Amino acid sequence: MKMRFWLGLTLFVALISAIMPVPEWIEAFRPDWLLLVLAYWAIALPNRVNVGSAWTCGLVLDVLQGAVLGANALALSVVVYVLALHFQKIRNFSVWQQAIIVALLSIMVKVLGYWMSYLAYDIQFDEQQLWGALINFLLWPWLFYLMRRYRRHFKIR
Amino acid sequence: MNSIFGRGPSLQFRLILAVISAILLAYLDRNFAYIAQVRGFLNTAVSPIYYVANLPEQMLTEAGDMLKTRRTLRSENAQLRQQAHLDSAQLQLFDQLQRENTRLRALLGSQVQQDARKVVTEVIAVESDPYRFRVLIDKGSKDGTYIGQPVLDDNGVVGQVDEVGYSTSRVLLIADLSHALPIRISRNDTRSIATGIGKIDSLSLQHVPHSADIQVGDLAVTSGLGGRFPEGYPVARVTHADFDESLPFAEISLQPISALDRLRYLLLIWPSEDHVTDPDEQQEAAQ
Repeated sequence: MKMRFWLGLTLFVALISAIMPVPEWIEAFRPDWLLLVLAYWAIALPNRVNVGSAWTCGLVLDVLQGAVLGANALALSVVVYVLALHFQKIRNFSVWQQAIIVALLSIMVKVLGYWMSYLAYDIQFDEQQLWGALINFLLWPWLFYLMRRYRRHFKIR
Repeated sequence: MNSIFGRGPSLQFRLILAVISAILLAYLDRNFAYIAQVRGFLNTAVSPIYYVANLPEQMLTEAGDMLKTRRTLRSENAQLRQQAHLDSAQLQLFDQLQRENTRLRALLGSQVQQDARKVVTEVIAVESDPYRFRVLIDKGSKDGTYIGQPVLDDNGVVGQVDEVGYSTSRVLLIADLSHALPIRISRNDTRSIATGIGKIDSLSLQHVPHSADIQVGDLAVTSGLGGRFPEGYPVARVTHADFDESLPFAEISLQPISALDRLRYLLLIWPSEDHVTDPDEQQEAAQ
């Protein structure tokens, strides 16, 4: 029960960071906090966090961002599926290799989210968004060690 | 290897379920109007998250206010006082002009515009969805906001209310791709429609003939023809006018008057129910 609370707290903080107001010019460089945190849990505890939790968090993010309902839900559940399926392999990679995988998957999230939004509005892909993938790549190692300490401290299994 | 997912359905099944339900939701969201109510309800449910997300910024602003020195406050105060004097002088003139305008309009037998109720509201979140320009404000159905309500700031038109929750609403900005606004050029009353092109600092005019008299620097104001926005509020200034004959239409781009990327306090307006009154009645009133 307690473990669930500590786990849920990280996802909650990730959601808040995802919508926290920032100046317009930084917007494109905002890391995908929710994706990063979900990715960590999907690799570390795939039996606890997988497609279902990703879908739910994605839907909440859709409502918060005002995106098409289901856009982030779909993108995040697909990405978390890939991670949870190969969690044993990915765990054995070095942290920078993991970062490359996370960056590629975050591009996938953006493209999937774009496709879903495209169903609703006539929009064009915003290439600026791909900077976010680079930021995710640079951020992953630090987040990984931070989350590992967090997980061990609260003995989340 | 799969034993870790011993309980419950397999990972593949979960994925298929998630994908199907997400696509179904997106379809419903797009095609059925009643889902707006569901969204309103969901917005109300998650609104505490907005307040938490806004806390750091609010605390920083407050800390910044507290750190202001006495001298800055005094000079600011003096400046504001001066501005208030100037404004009230202007208002006296305005009052007289308004009465004169009412009389003249009554004489001409044309419709008279009425004052609208206004309420100040604060932006509590800006949407981080990169494809939409919308902001969340701290007034909702409990304050009487409604879908399609015009929203302004101290400089000009900002947008209109798009979704209403209980204590929050979303405002669709004029720069959003899905927004279009009937305008006229204040210099010569050329009518047109200003649509958002998905850039925060730019609008464009659609289907303008090459012969149209529009120049760089012209001010576009609301024409009131759409029936949503009251007439005469400033919208944007023309920044670029290209009358290239090889293109089917002239290309006109405008810059919104209000800084849409730095919105803080907005004005919600309620154009009064019968915002045009009977001219005869007004004439009697004028006499």
